[in-house]
Amino acid sequence: MASTATTVDPRAGAALERLGRWLDNRTVLSVLFMLPAASLLLLFLTYPLILGVWMGFTDVKIGRPGVFIGFENYISLFQDGVFLLSVFNTIVYTVVATVLKFGLGLWLALLLNHHIPLKAYVRAFVLLPYIIPTVLSAIAFWWIYDAQFSIISWALTQMGLLDAYIDFLGQPWNARWSVIAANVWRGIPFVAICLLAGLQTISPSLYEAAALDGANSWQRFWHVTVPMLMPILAVVLTFSVLFTFTDFQLIYAITRGGPLNSTHLMATLAFQRAIPGGQLGEGAAIATAMIPFLVGATVFSYYGLQRRKWQQGSADD
Amino acid sequence: MASVDVRKAVKRFGTVEILHGIDVTIDNGTFVVLLGPSGCGKSTLLRMIAGLEEISAGEIAIDGKVVNNVPPKDRDIAMVFQNYALYPHMKVAENMAFGLKLRGVDAPTIDKKVREAAAILNLSPLLDRYPRQLSGGQRQRVAMGRAIVRDPQVFLFDEPLSNLDAKLRVQMRTEIRELHQRLRSTSIYVTHDQIEAMTMADKIVVMRDGHIEQQGAPLEVYDRPNNLFVAGFIGSPAMNLVSGAVRRANGTASVVTDDGLVLPVPPGAPAQEGAKVVYGIRPDHIELTSGQGALDVEVAVVEPTGAETLVVGKYGKSDIQAAFRERHAFKPGQRVPLMPMLDKVHLFDAGSGQRLG
Ligand SMILES: Nc1ncnc2c1ncn2[C@@H]1O[C@H](COP(=O)(O)OP(=O)(O)OP(=O)(O)O)[C@@H](O)[C@H]1O
Ligand SMILES: [Mg+2]
Repeated sequence: MASTATTVDPRAGAALERLGRWLDNRTVLSVLFMLPAASLLLLFLTYPLILGVWMGFTDVKIGRPGVFIGFENYISLFQDGVFLLSVFNTIVYTVVATVLKFGLGLWLALLLNHHIPLKAYVRAFVLLPYIIPTVLSAIAFWWIYDAQFSIISWALTQMGLLDAYIDFLGQPWNARWSVIAANVWRGIPFVAICLLAGLQTISPSLYEAAALDGANSWQRFWHVTVPMLMPILAVVLTFSVLFTFTDFQLIYAITRGGPLNSTHLMATLAFQRAIPGGQLGEGAAIATAMIPFLVGATVFSYYGLQRRKWQQGSADD
Repeated sequence: MASVDVRKAVKRFGTVEILHGIDVTIDNGTFVVLLGPSGCGKSTLLRMIAGLEEISAGEIAIDGKVVNNVPPKDRDIAMVFQNYALYPHMKVAENMAFGLKLRGVDAPTIDKKVREAAAILNLSPLLDRYPRQLSGGQRQRVAMGRAIVRDPQVFLFDEPLSNLDAKLRVQMRTEIRELHQRLRSTSIYVTHDQIEAMTMADKIVVMRDGHIEQQGAPLEVYDRPNNLFVAGFIGSPAMNLVSGAVRRANGTASVVTDDGLVLPVPPGAPAQEGAKVVYGIRPDHIELTSGQGALDVEVAVVEPTGAETLVVGKYGKSDIQAAFRERHAFKPGQRVPLMPMLDKVHLFDAGSGQRLG
């Protein structure tokens, strides 16, 4: 360093030194290091988000720039039966699928947490539905639910339990239950594996202590497992609700929102209005309308469930 | 309060036998310490008594009733775990109350018992804290409190002090002992620390490799170790053990070490001429002497601890340690005349390791 400093002229040397000092500053340095990641986020997340929200306030169509029209899109949406139906569908879809995913996922995690033969293989096997590309599994479900070729209907009629094939995707409520079943099938592995990870962090001696304290297995589950699992449950629940609420692929591949819009979720409706329908502004408004629900769900689970006084590192009480 | 009888208890994990027929009787109200090196099966035995491990063969009876098939929750036993196993999501008071709550005790009684136990253990100001807000020693006391409030038939402790620093360990040792004298509860305490065992126990059970080597009152085990293992394991600094052969000549007896040096033995010693033996003498049973027949020991190291002076030296090829109450300023290399107290000499059969006489 000293030798290079002597070869450059003193003014440049002083400037370099100032730069060096400036770079030693923690704040400057941390901003500098965060810049690449931050610019990626800004470019690919923040910009589209803001653009989407802005478009929701315009009447932009494909091939025609729009003008600001205030809340007109939202006002018309609130008088739009299809939109209101999609909100109802989305809530039913999210609530029912989440409850089932957590019930079954927790049950599966508890089973997998026991000593079972070939544990590692069984656990890997459980993850299969999750690693198959969504669209592929959606197409498989499409066949399973097919009016003529459904394997379920076929099997039930062969067993003599059924006279006629079930019209899975032709009746509104049948279709709703069908897509929910597909979503649950796909979502269980994620929930089960996350909760299994949570279960494995619980010290076995807590169960032993509880057993000696006189707890039966149900009491051990209720007084040890549940509270200890709550923090991770909250995180997984948040993610699961977000993913289910914004689901698009499964619906689009299985029903495209039909029949009679009975399986349209807000995400599929937004896409349909915006891209095939060309109403970019209206589509953007529908997508933007999802945001309050998502924020609400996140805030609820974050503050309601996740942070516990007894946990390490939580706020002082 | 109850007695615990372990009869021919065997434990197998798969095909590996860990405990090979343990027989122990723990009398009502006594404090029994299971002592042994790491991996000898102390924790396993304790957990079998608690019902946390199955009993592969033999039986365990609590208060005269065989409990082999009684689940832990119905054995009326409390256990203090090595890692304390406090419920992290419950406050101290809730941790202590949990067992009573499960048994359907009414709230005022629970509250009273928790307060009493907290007062005994100096936990009263901490009742509203979560375990993570406590120090190690405080957590240890909460774990004890959780056991006390239930007033169980038997207390089990699995190395409860091993996570504490040396000073706190000594303090808690006394506290546990005091507590026992006060509650007179049947207690089984596992440790591999022989000082803990000596200071706390009414009875010590020395274990090795799934066998019991000796059981008895601490001083009895100290004074008359059954075999070489117990002799070497109990006592700190450890007993000097030197192998040799017995020689008897005109009414006196001695042990001649492998390198030809002589160790004095009381004349009545129960050993045949020529028998191969191991000669044992505790460091504090060696005196400095000027008399006849003293051992000529070359000093290697002098370790003053304040209370006593430990002299480590060589007698021929054998290592000898001697502990003195007085302070001695021997120099390394200096030769000092040392004499074992004859009535404190232990002789063990070199082949079987068993005590002679
Ligand atoms: N679940 C198990 N499966 C197989 N072997 C086990 C199991 N638990 C313990 N062992 C073995 O049993 C032996 C005794 O174990 P145990 O925990 O009782 O030792 P310990 O005397 O308590 O030792 P420490 O002082 O280190 O706690 C050990 O050799 C251990 O490897
Ligand atoms: Mg142990």
